[in-house]
Amino acid sequence: MEQKQLKKIDIIFGWDDKCTPIQVVEKTIKKTAESIILDMIDSGLKGRGGAGFPTGLKWKFTRNEESDVKYVICNADEGEPGTFKDREILDRVPEKIFSGMTICAYVIGAREGYIYIRGEYNFMLKTLQQKVDLFNQQLHDKKVDFQIYLRSGSGAYVCGEESALFESMEGKRGEPRNKPPYPTVAGYNSKPTVINNVETLVYTSEICRMGPEQFKALGTKDSRGSKVFSVSGDTPIAGIYELELGMSLKDFVEDFGDGDTKAIQVGGASGHCVPRKKFNDTIIGFEGIPTGGSMMIFNSSRSMYNVLHDYLEFFTEESCGQCTPCRIGCQQLLKGIEAVKKGERPPTYLDDLKRLTATMKIAAKCGLGQSVANPFTSIVDNFREEIIY
Amino acid sequence: MTNTEALIHELIEKHGKNRNALMPVLQGVVAREKFLSEDTMIAVARELDLSAADVYGTASFYTFLDTKPRGRNIIRVCKTISCHMQGKEAIIRAIEDHLLIKVGETTHDNKFTLLTANCLGWCHKGPVMLVNDEVFPSITPEKVIEIIEEFAKKTN
Repeated sequence: MEQKQLKKIDIIFGWDDKCTPIQVVEKTIKKTAESIILDMIDSGLKGRGGAGFPTGLKWKFTRNEESDVKYVICNADEGEPGTFKDREILDRVPEKIFSGMTICAYVIGAREGYIYIRGEYNFMLKTLQQKVDLFNQQLHDKKVDFQIYLRSGSGAYVCGEESALFESMEGKRGEPRNKPPYPTVAGYNSKPTVINNVETLVYTSEICRMGPEQFKALGTKDSRGSKVFSVSGDTPIAGIYELELGMSLKDFVEDFGDGDTKAIQVGGASGHCVPRKKFNDTIIGFEGIPTGGSMMIFNSSRSMYNVLHDYLEFFTEESCGQCTPCRIGCQQLLKGIEAVKKGERPPTYLDDLKRLTATMKIAAKCGLGQSVANPFTSIVDNFREEIIY
Repeated sequence: MTNTEALIHELIEKHGKNRNALMPVLQGVVAREKFLSEDTMIAVARELDLSAADVYGTASFYTFLDTKPRGRNIIRVCKTISCHMQGKEAIIRAIEDHLLIKVGETTHDNKFTLLTANCLGWCHKGPVMLVNDEVFPSITPEKVIEIIEEFAKKTN
């Protein structure tokens, strides 16, 4: 498998005075929508929120839909435990997000764009609104028929799921919809909608600025480009880092670990736990373990039972309760590991619980319930004795 | 017209008289009153031409749209793993001891409600808490008391 050395990159937060975000818009909308889509597909950019859908295709599908009204939505409902990169991007380079949204709007034929930002980030709304107003004014002056609006969440993790986000914007409970139809066909207000993660939109703007070649030169065949990582836990240098995709966890831990790293949770509560013995052959990218950017490092002083317990508590609280596999499944997993810990259930009960997560993976309606199996099986398989004793 | 009804009216003027405006309207009321009373939800329903059950259904889904009475300042301490590892327990204990309330309760003078929250997005600078919309990263048990006292002074 193709592998890259750990390399720090400065695309997301870098600033080009000769080609500012609004200038990127001006330059790009002189091209045809088709050629912009081709550039996006050629760049290999995949969604940076975690799911990894090819961005160019998403734009193409939405462009191909017949509708008078279409929308661009920026998903800034960053709620995955261990992730804080979108907040940093919204704070430092929001103009790049607006630029990406405007280019997308031009490609698909939308006149309205929304940024749905989680309620936990309300403190930045005032400044962000001022920057949006300024950008909207610039668009208006340059006769670009597109305006951006802000919408807030109110403390529901599941609203990061795109269809739950639409429901929330429509004034409803944030319960995920059945798919299909996909957002490209029927999203916000049941109109064709592109919904992209904050970071993805910034990359679209950057790809238009520097061309797909430069982006494509980074990363591997399956994971082009770089990605912003949120590093936390037992590390002396917690923070935000943009790194080239395709590095091994071994390289990562050499730079970021505290010398005593026992495991890394890649991709947040819904991601996978990788134990030390697998660092060498775990690649960070779509060919290995994909991540929305959360990297939580645990050293040998940490109990993996507590880690798993914390995650399960999180999912139990954040499950929207709509579908039974997720609602009941999360509760039973939490009760189950507590019972095993107390000796009320035999250790083999963990295998029953693993079968329950397999059911959830198939039967849960959205990514929340489906992904609980990731932390559960990876922690139970690798740290079984810590869960039991 | 009561104060709340006037506020609802103002918010609907701003956000529009349709269902898509429901979240911003409820959020606007909570920003000032900290929670949604039964009367408030009925008033919003009437103004937006929705059923009261619909409004309650939406409101009760969201953690930040409280339907129970809350104090004038809401403290939310992040309890998710990274903050857990950085000592959120000590923070919660310090606040509980200082305000003489437990998590989920409101002080007798109605100045503070103490709650916990899932990941607030400051994992590299934990422990962290929100007081209303304001964020306080890298807090210590000592610092947290100072912050709360500041808010107490500002709240009559």
